[in-house]
Amino acid sequence: MLYDVARLEEKMLAAELRGRAELELVHLPSQPLRLGEPPGGGVDAALVRAISLYRAVSSAAVAESWGAAVVNPPVPLMAAGDKLLTQALLERRGIPTPRALVAYTPEAAVEAAGELGYPVVFKPTVGSWGRLAALAGDGEAVRSIAEHREALGGPYKVHYLQEYVRKPGRDLRVICVGGRAVAAAYRVSPGGWLTNAARGARSIPARLDGEAEELAVGACEAVGVEVAGVDLVEDPERGYLVLEVNGVPEFKSLTSATGVNVAASIAEHVVWRARV
Amino acid sequence: MEVDDDALPGELVEHDCGVVLEVHRGPNGSITLKPFEGVEEDWGE
Repeated sequence: MLYDVARLEEKMLAAELRGRAELELVHLPSQPLRLGEPPGGGVDAALVRAISLYRAVSSAAVAESWGAAVVNPPVPLMAAGDKLLTQALLERRGIPTPRALVAYTPEAAVEAAGELGYPVVFKPTVGSWGRLAALAGDGEAVRSIAEHREALGGPYKVHYLQEYVRKPGRDLRVICVGGRAVAAAYRVSPGGWLTNAARGARSIPARLDGEAEELAVGACEAVGVEVAGVDLVEDPERGYLVLEVNGVPEFKSLTSATGVNVAASIAEHVVWRARV
Repeated sequence: MEVDDDALPGELVEHDCGVVLEVHRGPNGSITLKPFEGVEEDWGE
């Protein structure tokens, strides 16, 4: 298992993997990785659990050079880590998502927002736990946010604007492993418009219906991930829309809310991948 | 400070005044604690 921070999720995964196979823990900040030279003389499968997107993608690439089955592989991890790439792959597959526009200048961002209608969601393409996501109420706010992002430079200069979905104060997190949905929970907002667990959203168990399951599994296939946390929102008119596909999903709150042993499902899948 | 025996390298331990330390293990399994570098922009799910 390749990881950077040992959260409760990584401890649970380590325990489940130890019970099924010989486990090598690779703490990425502590040691270099050698391309083509697996640690311990050989690795059949590698589970990537780095919180940092770039550590996850690069360590997954190194693990592929070892000839290991990598969960998740580097290209799908990158696609899942970039919200714009994810949405493009979902759109291509015909999976419903919130309407979105991309702009490359503050002026074009204001035009895009006007087309989507206010309030509008202004997200960084790479970023997590809702950081730097903004809800803009008018063109002045959009221009101001865009100008600040231009000053930040790099990927922040890609202005990714999404329609604001009037969801019922919650979203649905579905954990998918190996082509099936294994658990689901609603994440209920404590009051704001964001429903990230890291922002204080509360997890409550959800009964997964066929439509949500089909969309979540289809989203994983579109992005190419084997293990993921898929976030869906309920639009009052269009039904479920897929918001995000997380390639290194957190599942602590969901496990505690539903009682489903997500770590065991992931460990079983990784061991299976090592054998096929 | 108390650190669990089963602590993994990379596990975070909170100390007084909000200081967060990261568990590291030496070749003989000995535990050392280093200040945690913090959350970067590309961190998270």
